[in-house]
Amino acid sequence: MLYREAGQFKTNYAADVAVFPILQDRIGLAVILFIAAVIIPWFGSSFLIQAVMIPFLIFSLAAIGLNLLTGYTGLLSLGTGAFMGVGAYACYKLTTYFPDVNIIIWIAASGFFSAAIGVLFGLPSLRIKGFYLAVATLAAQFFLSWCFIRQPWFYNYNVSGAIEVPTRSLFGVPITGATATDTTRYFVVLGFVVVMTWIASNLVHGRIGRMWMAVRDMDLAAELTGIRLLPTKLLAFATSSFYCGVAGALLVFLWYGGAEPAVFDVNLSFFILFMVIIGGLGSLTGSFFGAALIFIMPIVLRYFPPKLGIPVHPATVEHIQYMTIGALIVLFLIAEPAGLARLWQIGKQKLRVWPFPY
Amino acid sequence: MDLLYKIFVDPFLQMGAAPDLLVQTLWEGLVAGVLYSLIALGFVLIFKASGVFNFAQGIMVVFAALTLVGLHEHGVPAFVALALTIAVMFCLAFAVERLILRPLVNQPDIILFMATFGLTYFLIGFGELIFGGETKIMIADQLWLPRGAIELKMAGGFVSIQKIDIAAAIIASLMVAGLAIFFQRTRIGRALRAVADSHRAALSVGISLEQIWVIVWFAAGLVALTTGIMWGARSDVSFALDVIALKALPVLILGGLTSIPGAIVGGLIIGVGEKLGEFYWGPLMGSGIESWFAYVIALIFLLFRPQGLFGERIIERI
Repeated sequence: MLYREAGQFKTNYAADVAVFPILQDRIGLAVILFIAAVIIPWFGSSFLIQAVMIPFLIFSLAAIGLNLLTGYTGLLSLGTGAFMGVGAYACYKLTTYFPDVNIIIWIAASGFFSAAIGVLFGLPSLRIKGFYLAVATLAAQFFLSWCFIRQPWFYNYNVSGAIEVPTRSLFGVPITGATATDTTRYFVVLGFVVVMTWIASNLVHGRIGRMWMAVRDMDLAAELTGIRLLPTKLLAFATSSFYCGVAGALLVFLWYGGAEPAVFDVNLSFFILFMVIIGGLGSLTGSFFGAALIFIMPIVLRYFPPKLGIPVHPATVEHIQYMTIGALIVLFLIAEPAGLARLWQIGKQKLRVWPFPY
Repeated sequence: MDLLYKIFVDPFLQMGAAPDLLVQTLWEGLVAGVLYSLIALGFVLIFKASGVFNFAQGIMVVFAALTLVGLHEHGVPAFVALALTIAVMFCLAFAVERLILRPLVNQPDIILFMATFGLTYFLIGFGELIFGGETKIMIADQLWLPRGAIELKMAGGFVSIQKIDIAAAIIASLMVAGLAIFFQRTRIGRALRAVADSHRAALSVGISLEQIWVIVWFAAGLVALTTGIMWGARSDVSFALDVIALKALPVLILGGLTSIPGAIVGGLIIGVGEKLGEFYWGPLMGSGIESWFAYVIALIFLLFRPQGLFGERIIERI
């Protein structure tokens, strides 16, 4: 009823190729942005902002990064965790050497380091494909994790082997470190995520995105139509690692406030891959859905049984949580292998023709 | 210059100076390699027959070993427990086929791969819920597995060989031989090979895919059980064991995803390469290079043969 495009005429080319052609979608986006930027910081509790929204946004950003590579270019990567680690450690080293430079610049710049490493480990992608490539990217994962543990230069020869985030401020307001408030950090993360999602959306709707998708659908055919494979694949690796690197830097600087190398182990890579696949391969909206589901599901599973008054042992809760997550992953895949993004689309389509079946 | 010397000359001088140490390292590498091969074998069996990259193979190893030990702890005699575990692995294979493979048939590879992740998480939770998360000791003695070590006088020194490792090598070879005979000689084996060649052609001559999948997952479960017993007898049974699944992945791509001989040769190469690398080149870079060295070996091989050593040649058509 409300979601109808009747009467909305496209009178020029720009309107025809717009990302959100329907007015209701644009209104919806504006409402979501308003909620994220005004309602949540004003009315949200500290728990909601600190333990739910900040990590959710950061993981969404990482999922977008992996989605650019796996969903749009069709290159399966299991090295996401390590690329996030590169971003975090690069940012840490940069702000150690140049403490006076604005931390926002360093967080963005750390992405470039991650991109460089990503390109390096993406080189085999020209020759090997599919699961072979996935295992090859695990080489990046294990090598880089090893570097963060065994090479003391990365953590400034700290005795504990962990990195601690120093306090850095912007215009006199601390945004990282112990003194920064939740709300400030939330705004910084939100800013990064909104800007980078907007850039990603433009990338995938433009020439580069089409090249990526052509490579994904069939790289041989793409090559025959004149797409150069190596630069395209490496660009995908670079962009993806850039996003992951920034997400990693945000993760440590604006959420954890310090990190051990174990944070960036192979489980983080799998975690992000879950988000991308459950959310929907090749969909930016899906990355947000996936991150929400995979990140928020364990929180719900942890907090709900006690609320319902079911007395369970904490260890049992954890085991049941594992089982539930496993079962839910399989269930979601059976219900909709194309991910939550497809469900969302189906829902919108149903809404358009409502009350008629089709 | 000094660094080049340390990388390319010094380790070989060390090998020459202490041949008994070299033999010892080689042996340990081979033994580790046998276990990697076994896990890779489980992967290959399933991948060949159903095209599923089964990430859960590692956790199936742990789950099988845990079931065996857990049953024994509850007072079931060792060999009855073994039989019951085999039954459990069959039920698992049946359930996987019914609940995961059948609804997801004809989906892209990555979706099936993802589903085995779900299975992994489920089995971790399920195993810990039933048998507890603490480390257990494998019932090696009750299963008549030998223990202790033999000292061999060899290459101007002593080489110590664990009896359990010899047993592991023998059992592994027997199992591979058994699987080879099963694949080559029996009716079901031929059906399996037909399915591996082409799902559609196999269906059209009346082979039941569902039945084949159950059999293959059961075979992979048996391989997992054997691996679990062997690995558990050398260390302990705990969920930390699932990292060995990650160790088996380079073996898999080195040997080729579809080749049983590849899994075995790849496992031995990775096992030996890893131990030699750790022992002779490890001190140069700080310890712990075991965690990624195997992947680097596999990557180097892959650059020359993208389908692995024994994998089927990849032919691409438009």
